[in-house]
Amino acid sequence: MTTNFDLNDDGVVVVIGSGAGGGTLGSELAMKGVKTVILEAGGRHEINDFVNDEWGMFGQISWLDKRTTSGEWRVARDFSGLPAWIVKAVGGSTVHWAGASLRFQEHEFKVRTHYGDIDGANLLDWPIDLAEMEPWYDMAEDRMGVTRTHDIPGLPGNNNFKIMKKGADMLGYKHCHTGRMAINSQPRDGRGSCLQIGFCFQGCKSGAKWSTLYVEIPKGEKTGNLEVRPQSQVLKIEHDSKGKANGVVYADQDGNQRLQKARVVCVAGNSIESPRLLLNSHSSMFPDGLANSSGMVGKHYMRHMTGSVYAIFDKPVHMYRGTTMAGIISDESINDPSRGFVGGYEMETLSLGLPFMGAFLDPGSWGREFASAMEGYENTAGMWLVGEDMPQESNSITLHDSEKDQYGLPAPNVHFDDHPNDIAMRNHAYAQGAAIYNAVGATRTFPTPPYPSTHNLGTNRMSDKASDGVVNKWGQTHDIPNLFVSDGSVFTTGAAENPTLTIVALALRQADHIAAEIGRGNV
Amino acid sequence: MKKISDLRLSRRDILKTGGGTLVAMTIMPTGLILGQGNAWAAEAKALKPQTFATLIQACRDIYPHDHLADSFYAKVVMGFDTAAMESEDDKSLFEDGVAALDQSAQNAHGFDYIDTGWEIQRVEILRGMQEDPFFQRLRGTLVTGIYNNPDVWPIFGYEGESAAKGGYIKRGFDDIDWLDTV
Repeated sequence: MTTNFDLNDDGVVVVIGSGAGGGTLGSELAMKGVKTVILEAGGRHEINDFVNDEWGMFGQISWLDKRTTSGEWRVARDFSGLPAWIVKAVGGSTVHWAGASLRFQEHEFKVRTHYGDIDGANLLDWPIDLAEMEPWYDMAEDRMGVTRTHDIPGLPGNNNFKIMKKGADMLGYKHCHTGRMAINSQPRDGRGSCLQIGFCFQGCKSGAKWSTLYVEIPKGEKTGNLEVRPQSQVLKIEHDSKGKANGVVYADQDGNQRLQKARVVCVAGNSIESPRLLLNSHSSMFPDGLANSSGMVGKHYMRHMTGSVYAIFDKPVHMYRGTTMAGIISDESINDPSRGFVGGYEMETLSLGLPFMGAFLDPGSWGREFASAMEGYENTAGMWLVGEDMPQESNSITLHDSEKDQYGLPAPNVHFDDHPNDIAMRNHAYAQGAAIYNAVGATRTFPTPPYPSTHNLGTNRMSDKASDGVVNKWGQTHDIPNLFVSDGSVFTTGAAENPTLTIVALALRQADHIAAEIGRGNV
Repeated sequence: MKKISDLRLSRRDILKTGGGTLVAMTIMPTGLILGQGNAWAAEAKALKPQTFATLIQACRDIYPHDHLADSFYAKVVMGFDTAAMESEDDKSLFEDGVAALDQSAQNAHGFDYIDTGWEIQRVEILRGMQEDPFFQRLRGTLVTGIYNNPDVWPIFGYEGESAAKGGYIKRGFDDIDWLDTV
């Protein structure tokens, strides 16, 4: 059933973006009876369109619009036009995500309290805590079918996991298993179980992995209350003379500009596009951009401390066979400053196919040392390191002075420098990752630098105070009551865990709040 | 016994005779068959045959996989040749780039790049040019030209597409059998 809402219908909630935040929020609102329009910049590519081809899918679904980079991070040198590796398509980055679904730990909502004042970092406690989030986490895990929750068994371990587990046991790590994954280990919610295809990052061909594209959005559409408009790039959020949001201007699939009126506007374009849209929506009433009285829109860009360790063995591994990230060691995710840094990190299995390995193992590298590493591909195991990075005000999304996108709007610049804490954590993680593989008899290990950012966070951060944050504990902007932010950009701090489960839990909680506020006539 | 560099000099002279007779003439009177890479120079359409052959050698020196035949590198260079046919800028990039390689090799060793006999010497020359757009074009294109070539994948033990075969759930996703011996 296709529902179409009129451009002049000012009773609809407009959600910008259809990923973990926007796709969940829009569908949940529809299921609560709220008329909702999701505007998605990318196209709608269903499961049948997915191919097990790394570069082929990269070209089909990646966000490749004009972006620039600056700062000391290596991504700015190796991938200067591609700061982030995220998706422009219906479903957003839930099309290519790995499925790791971890709750934040209690202390990670209150890091200013627990870590103290860290030089160069603007640490802040979240205005919510784990106890408040637990029911929403529970609901999110149920909807997404997260393994090791709700009596859903864990996924079976593949070869890459078995090596990780062996090394973890030998090092004495206690918390190593095949992860809490939003990938069916048995048929559930009308979808089959994982076929160990690999290619999780290229879109799941079996549909075993949760994605808003084929799980949430169809349920929302079925209610008749949701319309998803693909290839609709939002250019500006409009407001009335009282400073309330009243519509959005977007370019449709033919490049024609349309104005969709709105009762409530929710921004969920990921942590680069969401602040960029707010900044590009400046007006005479809001000359510094919408919701930016604090000056915090675009600031505190976080991308997680990341890195990878690959190891070559004297015998075959075939790491690419099976679920890409169904393997985790959580022992290092604690906060133990005696290691030389605050916060912690997770170690998760990771594999790349030969095409991406060539591009990402050591970007820019060449010659016999690199070539021999590639020749060890069949015998290679790999893991990803993901940990909490420090929010720094200077790490930011800003509007470029001269570079424009295809619509003539200022392109975003992504500036990032590692904090000393990030570097200390990465070095520790590299050493532990290598130790795990060395224990299993690796003949060679490699520290692989961060890929373009998959976890983009913090650029519209949540705070009780309007002076140091953009949104309140509901994701509602402090400045404009009917303007919400609904993606990972609201994260006050990043925690060590993959962010999607928290984004979904916050979206479900926000949907409940918005529906109630509409019912009360407050928005 | 002839030095390698002398043999290489002969090869350069042969190349200068033009593409048509290359294949036959790479069989030397001594019975040595010189690098097959030069046979591919006959494929050159927009680039000079020597440029084509030099690019193949440079590509192999950038990502040296001894178990890959020249044909895999030649396929990438054919792409450069096509680009040169379609764009004067690209043609200049490759011709001027190879001329710079040769100049650098002449200065250091007294031979053109392709006749510089040892990989370690040629790599040194490339190292001095690695920030140049010419080098970056070669390396950047090779990353996909080599590692995204499905014909290369089995040689590296990568199996490619798996969904059409039902994934690996019954095809060895957990078949590692040597961990108990660690």
